Amino acid sequence: MIPELGHFALILALLLALVQGILPLVGAARNNLALVSVAKPAARAQFLFVAIAFGCLAYSFLTNDFSVLNVTRNSHSRLPEIYRFTATWGSHEGSMLLWTFILGLWTVAVTLFSRHLPDDMVARVVSVMGLVSFGFLLFMLATSNPFLRMPMAMDGSDLNPLLQDPGMVVHPPILYMGYVGFSVAFAFAIAALLSGKLDASWARWSRPWTTAAWSFLTVGIMMGSWWAYYELGWGGWWFWDPVENASLMPWLVGTALIHSLAVTEKRGSFKAWTVFLAIGAFSLSLLGTFLVRSGVLSSVHAFATDPARGLFILIFLLVVIGGSLLLFAFRASQVGLGGRFALVSRESFLMVNNILLLTAAGAVLLGTLYPLFLDALGLGKISVGPPYFNTVFVPLVAPLIFLSGIGPLARWKQVNVPELAARLKWGFGASVLVALLLPFTLGEWKPAVSLGYLLSLWIAVTVAIGVRSRMRTGAGWSANFYGMHLAHLGVAVTVIGVTMVSAYQTERNVRMEVGDTVTVKDYTFRFDGVRDVDGPNYRGSRGTLEVSRNGKPVSTLHPEKRIYAASGMPFTESAIDYGLTRDLYTALGESLDGGAWSVRVFHKPFVVWIWMGAVLMALGGLLAITDRRYRTSRKKGGAGA
Amino acid sequence: MKRFLIPLGIFIVLVGFLAVGLKLDPREVPSPLIGKPAPDFNLALLSDPARQLSPADLRGKVWLFNVWASWCAACREEHPLLLDLARQGGVPIYGMDYKDQPSDAQAVLNRYGNPYVETVVDLDGRAGINYGVYGVPETYVIDRGGIIRYKHIGPVTPDVLNKKILPLVKELQK
Repeated sequence: MIPELGHFALILALLLALVQGILPLVGAARNNLALVSVAKPAARAQFLFVAIAFGCLAYSFLTNDFSVLNVTRNSHSRLPEIYRFTATWGSHEGSMLLWTFILGLWTVAVTLFSRHLPDDMVARVVSVMGLVSFGFLLFMLATSNPFLRMPMAMDGSDLNPLLQDPGMVVHPPILYMGYVGFSVAFAFAIAALLSGKLDASWARWSRPWTTAAWSFLTVGIMMGSWWAYYELGWGGWWFWDPVENASLMPWLVGTALIHSLAVTEKRGSFKAWTVFLAIGAFSLSLLGTFLVRSGVLSSVHAFATDPARGLFILIFLLVVIGGSLLLFAFRASQVGLGGRFALVSRESFLMVNNILLLTAAGAVLLGTLYPLFLDALGLGKISVGPPYFNTVFVPLVAPLIFLSGIGPLARWKQVNVPELAARLKWGFGASVLVALLLPFTLGEWKPAVSLGYLLSLWIAVTVAIGVRSRMRTGAGWSANFYGMHLAHLGVAVTVIGVTMVSAYQTERNVRMEVGDTVTVKDYTFRFDGVRDVDGPNYRGSRGTLEVSRNGKPVSTLHPEKRIYAASGMPFTESAIDYGLTRDLYTALGESLDGGAWSVRVFHKPFVVWIWMGAVLMALGGLLAITDRRYRTSRKKGGAGA
Repeated sequence: MKRFLIPLGIFIVLVGFLAVGLKLDPREVPSPLIGKPAPDFNLALLSDPARQLSPADLRGKVWLFNVWASWCAACREEHPLLLDLARQGGVPIYGMDYKDQPSDAQAVLNRYGNPYVETVVDLDGRAGINYGVYGVPETYVIDRGGIIRYKHIGPVTPDVLNKKILPLVKELQK
């Protein structure tokens, strides 16, 4: 009964999405207030029914209703309760429902926090989001019904063991908050194109939404990277896997969008460009969904391979992205140019920032799709791996990071170059000096390490200069200003992590018998054997490694090898001793003869900095959103102080 | 306006590629062994460890070579299909028990039925390495001259069997 209710709620949501997607749009075009006012209630009602459907699916999972195909395939009666709940979005169907649920959440947020916006603008934004939601609901009902029934099964085939992890409880919802959140910026852009009002106030309305979505996406990607690090058992934190790339591309374009929105708001320039980026960021989110869900690129994450689904998403992409780009082509040419700016100015720095970010996103897209291109043209099968991405990505990102130091200190319109140089010369000199010398203290001088330190120190120094000069002028609190600097500091922290772990990590892969020791850096690992453990839905072997440093105990690690009962899949569970300056990472390999095991031991310096930096970036974004400027009334809006 | 149409143009080309991509299987990796002689081995039989079998013994007939193991869950999926095929008798299937305990393998055959004319035991996986085995189960079509003509990775599906393997076998047997 409950699954049928959920199914029915989805159908109602589909109809409401159609109402939400059409009537307010017509109303805004014809100045019909009655139709415009449909937007908010329709959006809220639609969300209510999607939420009911979501609740019904979660209930089916929690109560082990194995008459539902989705539950049978992705759950098991002995699966712990929390994973039965997260299994709700562990399947293809469920994750599409989560996508739609989060889209509804963002839409309702827009209806709640837009009192200061003109009604016709809100109506258009909500309508565009309604149309996107309609597409996803139709997709679910037509090809991926999460409530499909089948003859009662005895038990389920269990959730993919990779997903049975606390990280997977929050990772997908946060990542989707980011992906789907770009739909708001997208809807604002389309609404602006439709109304023809592409002005500074439009940019100001979009900014907090874009930054919020970007912050979620940052945390989502960070959690994905961390999860891959501790869960896959290889100690890597980024694999350039198509699914990771699918989330990185909208992040890069979203980062460009945040910066270009600032120019549009403050200076009225880059208008058409900003709209293009808003369409681009969301289009890449949709493309990412397509790549992951359709199975055109195989990947560990892709768990849905069905041509009908792929075809549907492709048509959906064609309608949404193609339609938006067509609208863009017609309307963007009518947008006037904004304020002029000199060759050296904050605008020009931000322009280079945008070009670099977009090129980086393009390079990732090319690398991700290149195997597909070649295959489609019959030129053979290849795979594109880290060598390509690292070679292309680093030279693009290094100047970008360098610029992010200067940009915030540069004036709008025109920079007085000698003055700026005078402000920066000491900071630059100090950064270079320290960056050149510091690696010597780390044991081995490497050019890449010096470059990494130079970039990080440069950001730290310029942030300090910027904050100090603002305090001297006596300007008050600005959430926007400090948020930006916090996010830039986050970049510096991540760069240090990446630099250190790529240059100085140590890995040992050894055969160990009970009592054997292996030493990595100054840490000694003693293998105390393996004993059997029984989990709720798996059998496992649990190893014990005593870690000591100069004879003093540091910690005891218990890496595991598990076999999940329902799927029979062997599975590695790493054990990590986290630290601010190093992680000690251990994983069990194979059981060898004579009671010995192959054991992987890593020493990873500063690896947590990679994720700490991402957290700082997201916090910076969230801080910027609290800026008072975004909540001023519409009357003040146009004047701009 | 023309320059604003460029993104749309690029996007449409991209959609074209994605549409073609939908029809392709990214997991289909061509084996370098196709068209080459089947790597030699001389392994003990599961049914009688005293006797050995080598691909050379099978010269002159078209045969299927199926790599499987008792620990391989996906092998269970194709097992009924292989049993059907063996019952029809169109083509002999030889098995290789890959990195497995012979007793476990024998237990599986006793319980689920034995589609194989003979199964050889590749205890340490050396023969498997020569065949480039990376996902069990794998199935090879080998012709009269001992040349590998086709390789399928993963469980054999009715689709693959009827559209690729059986037509190929028929043609090779002509």
